[in-house]
Amino acid sequence: MNGLVIRVENLGKQYTLGSSAAYHTLGERLGTLFTPSRREPRTGAADRRFWALRDVSFNVRRGEVVGIIGRNGAGKSTLLKILSRVTEPTEGEADLFGRVGSLLEVGTGFHPELTGRENIFLNGAILGMKRAEIVRKFADIVAFAEVERFIDTAVKYYSSGMYTRLAFAVAAHLEPEILVVDEVLAVGDAEFQRRCLGKMSEVARDGRTILFVSHNMAAVRNLCSRVMLLANGVVGFDGATGAGIDRYCAPPVDAKAKGEPQVLYEASFAGADERHAEIEVTRIELRGPDGKALADMRTWGCMTLRLAYVVRRPVRNAHFGVEVIDHYGRRLLALETRTHMPRHDLGMADGVLDCTIRQLPLAPGTFALGASVFVPDQRVIWAGDQLAQLTVHPDDVFGHGHLPASSHAAVVTPHDWAIPS
Amino acid sequence: MKLETAQLPVNGQRAESAETPPLSELRRLTPAADVVRIRPSSGWRALNLKELWRYRELLWFLALRDIKLRYKQTALGVAWAVLQPLLTMFVFTIIFGLLANVPSDGLPYPLFVLTALLPWQLFAYALTQSSNSLVAEQRLITKVYFPRLLVPLASVISGLADFAVAFALLLGMMAWYAVPLTWALLAVPLLVVFAVATALAIGVWLAALNVQYRDIKYTIPFLTQIWMFATPVGYPSSLVPEAYRPLYGLNPMAGVVEGFRWALLGQGEPPTALVAVSALTVVALLVGGMYYFRRLERVFADVI
Repeated sequence: MNGLVIRVENLGKQYTLGSSAAYHTLGERLGTLFTPSRREPRTGAADRRFWALRDVSFNVRRGEVVGIIGRNGAGKSTLLKILSRVTEPTEGEADLFGRVGSLLEVGTGFHPELTGRENIFLNGAILGMKRAEIVRKFADIVAFAEVERFIDTAVKYYSSGMYTRLAFAVAAHLEPEILVVDEVLAVGDAEFQRRCLGKMSEVARDGRTILFVSHNMAAVRNLCSRVMLLANGVVGFDGATGAGIDRYCAPPVDAKAKGEPQVLYEASFAGADERHAEIEVTRIELRGPDGKALADMRTWGCMTLRLAYVVRRPVRNAHFGVEVIDHYGRRLLALETRTHMPRHDLGMADGVLDCTIRQLPLAPGTFALGASVFVPDQRVIWAGDQLAQLTVHPDDVFGHGHLPASSHAAVVTPHDWAIPS
Repeated sequence: MKLETAQLPVNGQRAESAETPPLSELRRLTPAADVVRIRPSSGWRALNLKELWRYRELLWFLALRDIKLRYKQTALGVAWAVLQPLLTMFVFTIIFGLLANVPSDGLPYPLFVLTALLPWQLFAYALTQSSNSLVAEQRLITKVYFPRLLVPLASVISGLADFAVAFALLLGMMAWYAVPLTWALLAVPLLVVFAVATALAIGVWLAALNVQYRDIKYTIPFLTQIWMFATPVGYPSSLVPEAYRPLYGLNPMAGVVEGFRWALLGQGEPPTALVAVSALTVVALLVGGMYYFRRLERVFADVI
């Protein structure tokens, strides 16, 4: 039955900030014994309440792997907590059809004094497995975690790697119909992450439904067929993974003023403070080759980045760099003044620099712009990443009327295809 | 996997595909235990004892964990379960038995006091543990779902294990003093249940309150101390003037301790009146406490 497994309608969660004991003394509370703590707080506290989630509605069908992404504080963990019944919604409703396994944290209930064996049983029971089930899967769990030799040692003596492997191994052998996972990939080394993802794709292939919160865009792209973007407690996007990730990394920008060079970045303060860096890039503009406004950035396009900077305290041998980063954190371009102007002493007084890119090799997509000021091989004076979002638009660069595909590759290079005779 | 682009909800509508059965069908087809309905609730909620029963294995695991942890990495291990009442008995014997010369209704004072100490220490332990149980398990409570009533329940069980060990000590002492065992011994399990129920009756209230008002944690040692003096542990209840007896009888532990002395040492009458009255109080407090707990349960994870 390819039906609904999760149905969420108008879910909302409101929190009261600060300590609620500030509103009622114990005496007051005992006096009104039968009123839950959701009573109206005293005046002046209305702004202490905020909606972590508001009006969230979605359906998930059997077998779907849904990624939930968003910035920190967007409400992702709150949503998972509500679906795991750890906390109650303030409004709205949700229905889950099937056994739910919740992995909000790796190693829930693990006690350092107990042995690996004892912790497997404890953790398994906490996650919802029956004792018989744990006994049946015990050997598999230990094998997956690769801790056979240490299974009867207290867990406090394990290395952190063994600990996380064991914790994940128990959770991995949970066989719920609906799996709810919260950022468990954040802990652990690359090997561990690889195995987690492997196990989760196995679960997905079995036809189970997964809700997966992560900041690891590569993992989300690999596992999920659908992505939900949460922002400030509201669903901003619900659809195909690629589009969702793009939307997350590059929020739509306002239309730029016609004719004026587009200001990509402007420093939000211009103080001459001791604490601030000696040299700082205060403004980055995007210009066309003729110095005027550029309609948009295109693959293989020609453009100039104009950097304006202030020098608060002169530094000898200072150089500047701009970099372009994709949303997996890979640095695609790093353009520095030291390759072109090794002898110039740029860090003596305020100034302006133009970086002209003759042929932007980037494939269509969204990227982050960063800049830095440094003394080569010595120290970084100032660095800013994520200063601006760049959107590179496709262009008919090969002249055949077809555009390069914009999905997985970051760069486009001149090339030809032919059938050899 | 086919990539599908779902439509964004527009004015509350959703793009439902034709193959999704109606909600009522889904509810009917999914086994009842597997449908989770999440709704905001307010006011009083049912106790849901059925769910507690479904999670009984977890209760056992949590209790087992507590028992194992009690004496891990200690040199004396389980011997502590015997040493505690034994050492307290020595102190009481010296101070109350010898120095203060408190009467003990014709029984050897050490035996007199040890018989009372066993249920008392069980009660005090159960009360202390259950009151603080929720806060102690806050990591679990904020990460996993299970009926939270399991937490105070599990916390008292390790006290029963200690009691069992100390009981062996008591039987040994009784043999030493050549006190015969009678059928009245059968009353002991009932009294134990009553003592634990009393501890829970208070503990469940305090546990729920402690989550939000941590003051509670600091009142417990004080409470147990005072309560012990109000219970005939170190002295016989015959010391209490007649006029105050009924008031005294409201203390459920008075009935338990008297009952222990009667059941094991054959001293006095079975305290049926005492127990009956306090039993009503205990049941009322326990049931009320459980309902109050359930009412507050929904904000535990937010407030803890």
